[in-house]
Amino acid sequence: MAEAAIELVGINKSFGAVHANRDIDLKVHRGTIHGIIGENGAGKSTLMSILYGFYQADSGSISVNGKPTTIDTPNDAIAAGIGMVHQHFMLVENFTVLENVILGAEGEPLLNTSIAKARSELQRLERDYGLEVDPDAVIEQLPVGLQQRVEILKALYRGADILILDEPTGVLTPAEADHLFRILAQLKDEGKTVVLITHKLREIMAITDAVSVMRQGEMVATRKTSETTVEELAELMVGRRVLLRVEKGDANPGDVKLAVRNLTVRDSRGVTMVDNVSFDVRAGEIVGIAGVAGNGQSELIESISGIRRALSGEVTLDGSPIDVTGTADPGELRERGMAHVPEDRHHVGLVLQFEENENSILGYHDKPQYLSGPLLNRDAIVADAKDKIEKYDIRPGNPMLKTANFSGGNQQKIVLAREMDADPGVLIVGQPTRGVDVGAIEFIHKRLIDMRDQGKAVLLISVELDEIRSLSDRILVMFDGRIVGERGPDATEGELGLLMAGVESKEAAE
Amino acid sequence: MEFFTTIVQILDSTVRLSVPLLLACLAGLYSERSGIFDIGLEGKMLAGAFAAGAAAAVMGSAWAGLAMAVLISVGLALVHGFASITHRGNQIVSGVAINFVAAGSTIILGQAWFSQGGRTPSLAAEGRFGAVNLPFADAVADVPIVGQIYSELLSGHSLLVYFAFAMVPFTWWVLFRTRFGLRLRAVGENPAAVDTAGISVAWLRYRAVICTGILCGFAGAYLALAMNAGFVKDMTAGRGFIALAALIFAKWRPVPAMMACLLFGFLDAAAIRLGGSPLPIVGRVPVQFFQALPYVLTVVLLAGFIGKAIPPRAGGQPYVKER
Amino acid sequence: MSAPYAKLPGWADYGLIPVINLLVAFLVAGLVVMLVGENPLRAAGILVEGAFGRGQSIAYTLYYATSFIFTGLAVAVAFHCGLFNIGGEGQAYIAGVGVAVVCLTLDGVFPWWINFPLAILGAGAVGAFWAFIPGILQAKRGSHIVITTIMFNFIAASVMVYLLVDVIKPAGSMAPQTRTFLEGAQLPKLNWVIEMLGLPIRSSPFNITFLLALVCAWLVWLLIWRTRLGYEIRTQGHSPKAARYAGIGEARIIVITMIISGALAGMMALNPIMGDQHRVQLDFVTGAGFVGIAVALMGRSHPVGIIPAAILFGALYQGGAELSFEIPTISRDMIVIIQGLVILFAGALEHMFRPQIQTIFATLRPRSSGVEAPSGEGA
Repeated sequence: MAEAAIELVGINKSFGAVHANRDIDLKVHRGTIHGIIGENGAGKSTLMSILYGFYQADSGSISVNGKPTTIDTPNDAIAAGIGMVHQHFMLVENFTVLENVILGAEGEPLLNTSIAKARSELQRLERDYGLEVDPDAVIEQLPVGLQQRVEILKALYRGADILILDEPTGVLTPAEADHLFRILAQLKDEGKTVVLITHKLREIMAITDAVSVMRQGEMVATRKTSETTVEELAELMVGRRVLLRVEKGDANPGDVKLAVRNLTVRDSRGVTMVDNVSFDVRAGEIVGIAGVAGNGQSELIESISGIRRALSGEVTLDGSPIDVTGTADPGELRERGMAHVPEDRHHVGLVLQFEENENSILGYHDKPQYLSGPLLNRDAIVADAKDKIEKYDIRPGNPMLKTANFSGGNQQKIVLAREMDADPGVLIVGQPTRGVDVGAIEFIHKRLIDMRDQGKAVLLISVELDEIRSLSDRILVMFDGRIVGERGPDATEGELGLLMAGVESKEAAE
Repeated sequence: MEFFTTIVQILDSTVRLSVPLLLACLAGLYSERSGIFDIGLEGKMLAGAFAAGAAAAVMGSAWAGLAMAVLISVGLALVHGFASITHRGNQIVSGVAINFVAAGSTIILGQAWFSQGGRTPSLAAEGRFGAVNLPFADAVADVPIVGQIYSELLSGHSLLVYFAFAMVPFTWWVLFRTRFGLRLRAVGENPAAVDTAGISVAWLRYRAVICTGILCGFAGAYLALAMNAGFVKDMTAGRGFIALAALIFAKWRPVPAMMACLLFGFLDAAAIRLGGSPLPIVGRVPVQFFQALPYVLTVVLLAGFIGKAIPPRAGGQPYVKER
Repeated sequence: MSAPYAKLPGWADYGLIPVINLLVAFLVAGLVVMLVGENPLRAAGILVEGAFGRGQSIAYTLYYATSFIFTGLAVAVAFHCGLFNIGGEGQAYIAGVGVAVVCLTLDGVFPWWINFPLAILGAGAVGAFWAFIPGILQAKRGSHIVITTIMFNFIAASVMVYLLVDVIKPAGSMAPQTRTFLEGAQLPKLNWVIEMLGLPIRSSPFNITFLLALVCAWLVWLLIWRTRLGYEIRTQGHSPKAARYAGIGEARIIVITMIISGALAGMMALNPIMGDQHRVQLDFVTGAGFVGIAVALMGRSHPVGIIPAAILFGALYQGGAELSFEIPTISRDMIVIIQGLVILFAGALEHMFRPQIQTIFATLRPRSSGVEAPSGEGA
């Protein structure tokens, strides 16, 4: 076999204390489609950003087409024939397709000739690869699928031989995704090398020649696609983790507390993130929603909790409706007994510049026990904060300390203490243990079980599959905005992993 | 005929009064299109005017004055760049600071160096940009209407007036027909797109604020060397902010910028000409009404009641590489 | 996302860095003095002497400081909500109308201690109104508050010129100003406070508005750190997303904050009008609204910082007057330069020296400093 198009040796990259890439070796052969698969946070995007020069590795070496290459900036990558289609498109929205394509590759100081040249070059690429797009269309008026095509054209226009695509199908409809795959196959036939980052097994099986699996910043395996199975990949991806079994008895579900019917939510770009979702959460049970991040879970809980407006659908809390398509307000929902531990504690659940005690009332600051007239009742708030610190073992136990000075786990406990202590009927929890140390994880899990045993309805969202498995009484799996399956707590990892990767039954994978 | 003469005279002073606005407005256009808000146009223009007046007085040359104005103004623009590009500081705060530094230092230095109460010495002809008579202006002056327009309205302005109006198509050309312009517009909309295309965001923005500095220097030089015969303290009198208003009014585009500046210049000229004398139908309109009109119009525009002024999308935000 | 800057001890963050920034601002100002051909140290000496040397000068310093406390608080309150109110100058100026209405109608009817509270309401209400419009335009229409407040400064100036020249100027008078108020609208002086310290005073404009300013500073502290409203303002200012999560209405908070900010700026008008000149004159604000920006930045938006910052600028104004008397080449406009430099170094270049200081701290105490680990979240 000819020398590799890309060879990475011993790549390391840390962001602060997070070791995003650990001793990564990777070999991608020329003229192949190479998949890189892994859960969110496995380090795939970081690795590819290093290859594209957007970040610099702390250590390790890169060879392109057999030649050792230093890639410090995107310019170096472009010069080495590497092009990248980012997950969030790097397009200037009010520019035309042509303007976007030539940006940075104009060639000469005046645009006349470069635009003319780009126009004919685009026509050629259109012919060769079936990449039709109107060169004079303005980006913001194009559908997402075509915008992505512009990104591919940008890379090809710069003469890329190696094309990296980061989660390219996340924003595409199935039909658009199929079209993309045909384009990628054609690129391969023309001798280009394609690196495809994804978390969807179906895509890997459908078009790649080889696949590398990343998990928690490490490269755990590389296989020829023809010699592996979805089951093996799902297991490699999720890992055989020691399941943190939480002591819990059987659930004793009561009445329906939270009912969601046909909920549809679009994001600001108009992409449907939650697609006609329906489910119930009963008193005394934990319903877990599993899924790879970005499949609509965040939008789902934001809309139920009144932060994000839904497009259509109905949600009822204790039998009375929540106006999720109109005036639903987080404050009002709190009063009606819904508590919410948001996924992003740094920007949503806490104000990091606040003292601990101030955060312990965020969202509950208009409760009479915290007020005396227009003033905040500081003594009551601090006493209350101390009480929570004790009950939830928050360290250091100083309610006057700035919240930014607490560790991730203790910050999360501040949020949990606040929301659980409000004694809600329904508790919505997003990523309860993200960035939390092991000791705190166990504590938080126990508390969630306690809530269930007290007869609360708990809706749990987590990208950590073992967390979902060890806590949930029922597991719903979300993929592409839809709930693609419901399983009991005894579902196997492999089974859930397949569902999370969009494979609804084993036959479909093959 | 007398009415027509009045109209031509008002339009003539409209042209003169709109030139500093136009130069400052185009100056702001470069910076803001690159994503750097600049409320320090006033300060740079003022410092430029002072430098022009001082250098022209000392060296007796209008060109030396112009060069010094550009130099000083670019210097202040680089301070703004240093704060807002390199140190990612608050662009509004930095602009405010530059306005004050310029307002104070022009008076202090003026008084210290020339002892004329903050003025620079009155300039003789060679220290100023005098009127340029277009060919045949005198010959056709008596031809009714066309000749009058040619000789009074189009001819007889200083070189800087013609320069300012020439800058309009030039800026348009730079913005929409050159590589630099393409990148400049891109970096103001989506710096990450520019960064991933292998172009330095910081260097691009620095070049944009330098352009701003150059044109603000010209605006200041026009005030001190063409409109007046030397620097007078606070001679910009809020023109930098009117230019900012015009820029918003023009939705950050060169030709509409010229229109907006001419409109605001016309309001100024009309106010001076009318001087509070009564108008038909509406009766006497206070001068202050005309003075406030540009600001009122801008507020109304900003509120989205007449069209929508959407600034460059990355405007005002320092560029930080996302993780 | 890791923190962009490493942790420093609190005293370095809130004490050392602001002091260094301030020192640099004054050093650069010193360079300007040298450029003018004078000795900066001598100038500084005259300035300090001129500001604090005699009872008279202390009274003047505090008179100027009174105005700056109001405008500094106005800017600070808006800062806490994440808003930049550059319109303090216009809000204070237009508030002169509120003071004038009360004083011109009631100065012959009531004594000052009835008229003063009424004038406070008048000034506050008009100032609040002038800030309310930009506030509501920002909240409901998304107009950039910085630009609208700048525009409102100029509109206020035009309105005031029109009113003083054409409307409220007494018949037969040439000067664009109101008539002089009767005794019922003249505020008592506070000269006796300084005389009590054994410093005799001939006359000064130092008046009881100073006490109102101190009360306002205390009220602002109470509002921001001790009330539910202040809690909501700070939440909105630090993190609009968290405010949304907490059920705090963004539009409502922005409008209320601007009203409070405008009212504070408006009250500044009381000091020169009722306390000193006893009439409304053109340009009575004389830049105090803009000084407020420097004062708020220097005082880190906290009343405890704002009061000394206001006194510092009061001293610069008063000392600057003396300075221009002693050294004619250095006029009072020197203050405007210092103001600009303070805004530049304490505001826009706030973090310029931070990396160096962190390096110094890191070498002194290698373990306790350095880059703090971000608390989790993988790539």
